[in-house]
Amino acid sequence: MRTPRPWPAMIAGALVTALILAPLGAVALRGGGLARLGPAELSALWFTLWQAVVSAGLSCLIAVPVARALHRRRFPGRRALITALGAPFILPTVVAVMGLVAVFGRRGIVNAGLGAAGLPEVSIYGAQGVILAHVFFNLPLATRMVLQGWQAIPAERLRLAASLGMGPGPVQRHLEIPMLRAVLPGAFLAIFLVCLGSFAIALILGGGPRATTLELAIYQAFRFDFDLARAAALGLTQVALTLAALGFARLIARAPGFGAGLDRAPVAGLGTGPGLCAHDTAAILAAALFLMTPIALVLIRGLPALPDLPPLIWRASANSLAVALASTVLTLVLALPLALATPRHPLAEAAGMLPLAASGLVLGTGLFLLARPFVSPTDLALPLTFVLNAVLSLPFVLRLLVPEVRNLAADYDRLSNSLGLSGLTRLRRITLPRLARPLGFGAGLAAAFSMGDLGVIALFGNGDRITLPLALYQLMGAYRMDQAAAAACLLIALSFALFALFDRIGHHAQPR
Amino acid sequence: MKYPLMLAGLLLASPVLADEKPVLTVYAPDYFTSEWGPGPAIEAGFETVCDCDLKFVAGDMLPRILLEGEKTEADAVIGLNTDVTARARATGLFAPHNEETSALSLPIAWTDPVFLPFNWGETAFVYDKTRLTNPPASFQELIDAPDDAYKIAIQDPRSSASGLALLLWVKAIYGDQAPQVWAKLAPKVLTVTPGWSESYGLFTDGEVDMVLSYTTSPAYHLIAEQDDTKVAAIFPEGHYFSTEVAAQLRTTDQPELAQKFMDYILSDDFQGMIATANWSYPAVIKPGFLPEGFATLPRPAKTLFYSEDEAEALRGPALAEWLAAFGK
Repeated sequence: MRTPRPWPAMIAGALVTALILAPLGAVALRGGGLARLGPAELSALWFTLWQAVVSAGLSCLIAVPVARALHRRRFPGRRALITALGAPFILPTVVAVMGLVAVFGRRGIVNAGLGAAGLPEVSIYGAQGVILAHVFFNLPLATRMVLQGWQAIPAERLRLAASLGMGPGPVQRHLEIPMLRAVLPGAFLAIFLVCLGSFAIALILGGGPRATTLELAIYQAFRFDFDLARAAALGLTQVALTLAALGFARLIARAPGFGAGLDRAPVAGLGTGPGLCAHDTAAILAAALFLMTPIALVLIRGLPALPDLPPLIWRASANSLAVALASTVLTLVLALPLALATPRHPLAEAAGMLPLAASGLVLGTGLFLLARPFVSPTDLALPLTFVLNAVLSLPFVLRLLVPEVRNLAADYDRLSNSLGLSGLTRLRRITLPRLARPLGFGAGLAAAFSMGDLGVIALFGNGDRITLPLALYQLMGAYRMDQAAAAACLLIALSFALFALFDRIGHHAQPR
Repeated sequence: MKYPLMLAGLLLASPVLADEKPVLTVYAPDYFTSEWGPGPAIEAGFETVCDCDLKFVAGDMLPRILLEGEKTEADAVIGLNTDVTARARATGLFAPHNEETSALSLPIAWTDPVFLPFNWGETAFVYDKTRLTNPPASFQELIDAPDDAYKIAIQDPRSSASGLALLLWVKAIYGDQAPQVWAKLAPKVLTVTPGWSESYGLFTDGEVDMVLSYTTSPAYHLIAEQDDTKVAAIFPEGHYFSTEVAAQLRTTDQPELAQKFMDYILSDDFQGMIATANWSYPAVIKPGFLPEGFATLPRPAKTLFYSEDEAEALRGPALAEWLAAFGK
């Protein structure tokens, strides 16, 4: 069997790697090398690591019952709910914090309820707040990844299990556990890496310098000390952590090897009984309440000022939408070849996950240094925002695609080869239809992520190429908190519309 | 959309400007150039007197100039905080402003030949008098209050100028006693945010009782929102001075325009709009420059300020003390 060299993947991988590592190199070079990390940086490293492990662990742990419940139950509005539950992941940090504070803050509805019941107040500020926020952000991603795993178990296997009279125990042992073993390490990895790069959330809800993350340490190196050597060393630490986590996840993950199915509709009949039903209903309700309430409160807070938004906001929205759509296309173009190459080339996955390790500041500064001799960085503001947003959302899309690609390789490679299907025909007939759902969801995430990201525009911007998140920050910086809340409202609506659109397309394109 | 056009522009290097007016490039903070900042009015005002095109470039100015060095595109900068002037001066990239500093109406003496203040205010804790009925009457009272008396939002000195100003404020009042002050203040600090906006948002949402902001903050609410409930707590120990400065670059290829811009900063046109465009006191106060909301703001009896060298020497140790208290 001849395997052609995966040129598209090699090119994509090389591009992404260069885009992440070259700026780091440029910063290190300019800083005169790498600085040794002192005790303050090491303690930031320690906090970053443990909060990321706990946040990722909790997100995955909670995602399992929620995803299982969503997989087993059928109810009106189920698909809309699944889409809606993806929303927190796409919120810009500052908006998510607004929502969480409205629910769990000192004046939030939880504490109002506790106060009315004569119970002591709970505080969102501290490590618990950081973890709560990270779970709020990442539970949607974990849930969707696990749900995708469940949906990938062929209906035939579930029917077989049902006809053999398997109860929940054996089903768990023979079907669910192998599936989770394939899916969870990847989900944990992705979330762990998201939490590694956290900065604003950790600081606002962390209560103070106790919650110093690596990203803040990088910010301090730039802003407070202008110590590029230290910033580069911290940036390199993030890359090393990412690669180590990636290797670890690869060691644990196992392909489930269920074999191919006939794309039949999943069976009802597993997990019946009032006990399980109540259990599932509770899981779905709790998740919906936890994920939706903060967003609802942000929307309610922002709606009244929506008509007061200046015309500039609409221009900013158009800019943001254009950047988001363009970078989504680029993300998919990069993600697909990399994902298809992963079963045989572990380096493809490493290259695609690398952007999660990138610190925005190091990246921005490095690119600034690299671009400067050739063009005015100001002219690059929007194109760079577009490229970087595409690259930064690549890991999420890749993470969603990789488990499905593994299944695809295990299930269809021999068939395709024996039929002599290759190249574009195979891509069109087999690969794309099988990957439609994760591609759609991934594209939705990428688009929304790009929409809400401040990007490098803060370093490169020249004022007239404004994006919606930047406008939001500017309104906040000018005391206009009501209008900022309205801008947040608009940002949520637009991001979510983009996300839902792609998610729906993917859903309808999948054969099952 | 403009993308194909922009990408083409990138490939063909910078597009040629249609009009032949000289361009003055001024680096400014993002808040400054935004539609809601003073930038647009200043741009319009200056362009009527300079016969030039004033181009603001928004971003983190000092890191950018440090990265660019001699080859910087900037002809002038506006909006630097005093916490970075020492490092800015050390680059040797800035030229004297050639203005008469005796014309300034600051509460402190200012004789700096390079950095020219265009606005000022003082760091203060702002509260809502309808929500907080027992505000502290002095810094000492704030520190001595029980741990649960107030919940305060402050900014991180590592990422924000106002956060750093608080460190220097405490140093100026308490000197070597600062660690004890932080230990008593820390339990009252609900949270520390990366920048001023997040803190102020927590305050306006009612999440905190007091926020580290400026003596001039209540003027925004008074004038723009007709809301007189937001008040700055004025302390007899004094308040730390805060100002933003402008400077011209030694490397500019438009020295005359840059100088004209320095002149314009102290002009009546510019200074007259600072109060409500920038929500701070203008550096030159003449009759009519302060609208009613500003004129009635309570003023601290004492304004504290460290010289650039003192502040530069203090900020490292002061940060260490702050981290020791808040890191527990």
